[in-house]
Amino acid sequence: MKENGLESAIKIGDLRKAFGEQRVLNGINLQVRQGETVAILGRSGGGKSVLLKLIIGLQSPDAGSIRVAGQEITKLEENELNEVRKKIGFLFQQAALYDSLTVEENVAFPLSRHAKVSTDERSKRVHELLADVGMDRDLQKMPAEISGGMQKRVGLARALALNPEILLFDEPTAGLDPITAAEIGELIVDLKRKRRMSAIVVTHDVHGARTYSDRMVLLHEGNIVAEGTFDELQSSQDEFVAQFFGYGSRS
Amino acid sequence: MIHVPLFVLAATVSGAMTGGRLRDQVPVARNFLVAVFEWFGDLGLFCGRLIRAALAPPYEFGELLRQCDAIGSKSLPLVALAGAATGVVLSLQTRYSLIRFGAKAFLPAVIVFSIIKESGPIITGLIVSGRVGAGIGAELGSMKVTEQIDAMEASAVDPFKFLVSTRVIACILMLPLLTVASNFCGICMGWVANTLAEPISLRLFIEDGFKSMNFSDFLPPTLKTAVFGLIIGIVSCFQGMRTTGGTEGVGRSANSSVVLSSLFVILADVVLVRLILTVWG
Ligand SMILES: Nc1ncnc2c1ncn2[C@@H]1O[C@H](COP(=O)(O)OP(=O)(O)OP(=O)(O)O)[C@@H](O)[C@H]1O
Ligand SMILES: [Mg+2]
Repeated sequence: MKENGLESAIKIGDLRKAFGEQRVLNGINLQVRQGETVAILGRSGGGKSVLLKLIIGLQSPDAGSIRVAGQEITKLEENELNEVRKKIGFLFQQAALYDSLTVEENVAFPLSRHAKVSTDERSKRVHELLADVGMDRDLQKMPAEISGGMQKRVGLARALALNPEILLFDEPTAGLDPITAAEIGELIVDLKRKRRMSAIVVTHDVHGARTYSDRMVLLHEGNIVAEGTFDELQSSQDEFVAQFFGYGSRS
Repeated sequence: MIHVPLFVLAATVSGAMTGGRLRDQVPVARNFLVAVFEWFGDLGLFCGRLIRAALAPPYEFGELLRQCDAIGSKSLPLVALAGAATGVVLSLQTRYSLIRFGAKAFLPAVIVFSIIKESGPIITGLIVSGRVGAGIGAELGSMKVTEQIDAMEASAVDPFKFLVSTRVIACILMLPLLTVASNFCGICMGWVANTLAEPISLRLFIEDGFKSMNFSDFLPPTLKTAVFGLIIGIVSCFQGMRTTGGTEGVGRSANSSVVLSSLFVILADVVLVRLILTVWG
């Protein structure tokens, strides 16, 4: 469990999940060390989003263990689970902003729930968070009134609001222009360097992932079929892996 | 012949409970029973979780207030209008009946009694079932299908506490108040309609109407609407929170929230009226 004197941030053992007949995850083993960023790649519909939701306890696995921040979350009570969740920043694939709240209120929501700070401090923090993701205007708009890419960035700011130790991002750069995508990549590198956050980033953007991740993992048919740095994976002997990264690097 | 309406009712209810379409409801008898048991089982679990969430501090007063406004204040015009219309209709209808039986002097008392004891509470219950039931069913339903509920859980906020318990409590608190408002409008408009036919002063009307009424005539029927509120809140939150299947599912949840909450309000009314008569005579 402990490595270099540190417990790993996330450790998943033999994780299985099926929806009815459809087996989505078939025994996943994955470890994320403290301060490490792991990118998860894989075909659409391969179970990447499901994996992230299992890690934060939004769905429960059929079998297997999930240790997050030193706790086996599959065995926790609701309120203990919530304590773990406060240490996790989660970005949903579709952003999942609260559509009855403005952009600003969305980011303030976790702060007003869990952080004991004054209203002024909170609003200052919200503006900082939004500025970090390049949202410095339209703060009073409703989620339905901003673009998909902007929603994604607001979701990112909301995920970072409580200064989490662990980040779970579901396609943070999908739907963003290359410049903003690169900025988000830099933000992830920054978070890792300054605050030693550990992260799992699900992405289809092989090149982006190459810049900010320490390790890449390829999920295919419910299993992790390859694991390593971009260069290792690209020169893999496995046909599917080589094809995946070969194709990715050309695009 | 009685089987036909029963069949239609069963089909509607099982449809609302299972979210199924009419085509799936042909083997109604068996599926209906299974669906009903499943539905009540799930509802029981839902209530258990709701009670635990509602009782554990910290309490969500801010959100509760917001819901009281959304459910209470915003329903007021509709409820007042419905109450007023009831008052007018009651006044017009009973007037002729009473004249025919030579009991015209009882008119104010009949209007006041029937509004306070039954029509006010049930009309308010049904109007709120429609307006608030559909609102909650659709709102929570769309939050569910767009993962906003998941997002809330991921932020370590219990949606049962923040969304469900506040709405249910607001319904419980607001229904008796809305009923009082509806009764008030009903009695006033009852007087207006009466005066148009045969002038009578408001004071005399009120005095006559309330002469033989005491507190135990007023309190139980008004407070029973808190039970209607409980039913509306729980049923529509339950239907909203178990929404699946995208936009279509949201429509089904809104629809079934209204169908089931008004149905249960009517059934509860039967039980409560019997109970109140037994206890307070
Ligand atoms: N709640 C659910 N009920 C039933 N099946 C589900 C559910 N959630 C996910 N699935 C199924 O699990 C599979 C994996 O879905 P998932 O969303 O994890 O894919 P993904 O890898 O994130 O794909 P993408 O890259 O397109 O986002 C899909 O086939 C999907 O149909
Ligand atoms: Mg996904």
